[in-house]
Amino acid sequence: MSMDFIIAAIITVVGISTPILLAGLGELVVEKSGVLNLGVEGMMLLGAIGGFGGSVMASMYGLGPLAPWIGVLTGALAGMLGALLFGFFALTLNSNQVATGLALTIFGTGLSSLIGVSFVGRIIPQFGSIFPPELARDPILKLFFGYSPIVYFALVMVFAVGWFLRSTRAGLILRAVGENDLSAHSIGYSVVRVRYAAVAFGGAMAGIGGAYFSMVITPMWAERMTAGRGWIALALVVFAGWRAGRLLAGAYFFGVLMALELYAKAAGFSILPSQFWAAMPYLMTVVVLTLISMRDRVGLNAPACLGKPFLPAT
Amino acid sequence: MRLKLEKRQQPSKLMQVVTPIASVLLTMLVGVVVFDLIGIDGQRAVVDIFLTPLLASYKWQDVAVKAAPLVIIALGLSIGNRANVWNIGAEGQYIIGALCAAGIGIAAGTAGGPIVIVSMILAGIVGGSAWAAVPAALKTRFGVNEILSSLMLTYVALQVLSYLVGGPWKDPNGRNFPATAPLLPDQTLPILFPGTTIHLGVAIALVLPFVFWLLMSRSVFGYQIRVVGAAPNAARHGGFDGNETVWLAMLIGGGMAGLAGALEFAGALKAINLGFPSGYGFTAIIVSFLGRLHPIGCLIAGIVLAVTYVGGQVAQTTVHIPNSTAGIFQAMMLFFILASDILVRYRVRLVPSTKAAPQPAAGE
Repeated sequence: MSMDFIIAAIITVVGISTPILLAGLGELVVEKSGVLNLGVEGMMLLGAIGGFGGSVMASMYGLGPLAPWIGVLTGALAGMLGALLFGFFALTLNSNQVATGLALTIFGTGLSSLIGVSFVGRIIPQFGSIFPPELARDPILKLFFGYSPIVYFALVMVFAVGWFLRSTRAGLILRAVGENDLSAHSIGYSVVRVRYAAVAFGGAMAGIGGAYFSMVITPMWAERMTAGRGWIALALVVFAGWRAGRLLAGAYFFGVLMALELYAKAAGFSILPSQFWAAMPYLMTVVVLTLISMRDRVGLNAPACLGKPFLPAT
Repeated sequence: MRLKLEKRQQPSKLMQVVTPIASVLLTMLVGVVVFDLIGIDGQRAVVDIFLTPLLASYKWQDVAVKAAPLVIIALGLSIGNRANVWNIGAEGQYIIGALCAAGIGIAAGTAGGPIVIVSMILAGIVGGSAWAAVPAALKTRFGVNEILSSLMLTYVALQVLSYLVGGPWKDPNGRNFPATAPLLPDQTLPILFPGTTIHLGVAIALVLPFVFWLLMSRSVFGYQIRVVGAAPNAARHGGFDGNETVWLAMLIGGGMAGLAGALEFAGALKAINLGFPSGYGFTAIIVSFLGRLHPIGCLIAGIVLAVTYVGGQVAQTTVHIPNSTAGIFQAMMLFFILASDILVRYRVRLVPSTKAAPQPAAGE
């Protein structure tokens, strides 16, 4: 294997794992607060169309160079709005979180297609590296400078989320709410408000992850373009044992699997059909979840209140 | 003044019937407003999606054929949903069921008749159950979350389908189009009313809800499912095995999804191509909740959702909205029905907003 190939492969893996890393980090915070939002896939799709639509609109209004940045913001906003919808039903009205999350995914899929109709066939410039072209082109330096700004943002967020949960007061409160909502409530914290904040953050992160699809991976809009990655992000959180550092490792692991599919297709492997490689990330998700569950019965790591509605005695 | 929730001693029977109807009506209302906001004739769209398929008699057969798989899958899923076993991979089990039936069809060659048809149906049930047995085994043996595993297997099933119809099972006379060879006339399900598309599967979908109703209300099994869902701790003390419940819920859910897939293949489509997966397995989750997890409720809700599918196609041509719009309506219905759950379990009262602790009501 040549050096060039290895560098290209690393760049592919880092790029392809960014959406699930972003969405996974968001969901990690959500679950730490005791909420299970299964609507990640829907929020990513909303983010994908929100980001794409936002940057198309921004360049139409003559904001050319700023357009991709605005796209990231509108993508985050779209994901967050989806999350708040989930929050209204699951947190304010205490509806079943599993089913409400599914509803959000169905909703996001439908709404993104509806909005997307007017954007089908448009192409935007890829939101790639913003470093001087010499840096992004040099075979070795591009390992560090060859990515979209969203990639660096995702990496910074790994540390930010880890630090926030571990070392800040707000992070401590968030964990308390997720571990024992009734105690947190009785010492005066607003469980619902903390959870809303967490859910909104999770939506924004999933939204940016979705925007990465429509602005970086393939700078265009296609229905259901996230292709189930939102669900892999959910599995990633379990895989990571609710820890930000392990989430990064997990994202790259899945990134390698997804890259294998691309390379297998490109190389035209004849021994195994391409569908085998396409099924690989999903199959491996099941295998990995099983291995993880065998080792440390997942229940031990999961936040104690995960998925349970908050019902204080009034 | 503020709203106060009082837990009901018994879930409200009235609300269980009223809330699904209210959810559908509310969805229609919100639909009109939202569509008007985004510049589509909202009233026209909602009428076309929800009413045209019911008013135009030539659409009834479409509704019946679309409702059949939804009802059948939802019946199975309701068992799991009741027992808090979350099988969201019904779409995959549906696909595998259909593929197993197609395998029998291919193996049968030119042979036809009742034996082939019954074998296809049984193969569908077995295939769907087997696909659902994987999450069940992983859940009971290793504690793997069944939500994720069942869903991941749906994506795997999609690739299995893509591989089979594009490779070994591709119709040799099909101009290289990735699809299985169509079934011969005596290999397909009988048509119930000559000149329509209403096949035997529709009749099965009409009968099964009553079978499930009997099963759920009269058998120990039905009791077990209800107790496990409502009070898991009590169920454990009562000697009901949690693992057994997971197995039963997954196998029945998968079996019904597989049955629906086989019937859709042998009754409606007669060949499997890449467009076969239609999202019925996901929509059936909505049907299950809209039907309040009750077999007869699933029957009615399945018809409602089938109407939105057929109506979505109508609206596609009349007000030019994409087919996926029906999905928005379906999701809204699910949101509303889940939210209204609170009205079933709680009594909502307006009380004066005071800081003082609420007084217990007399007689409670």
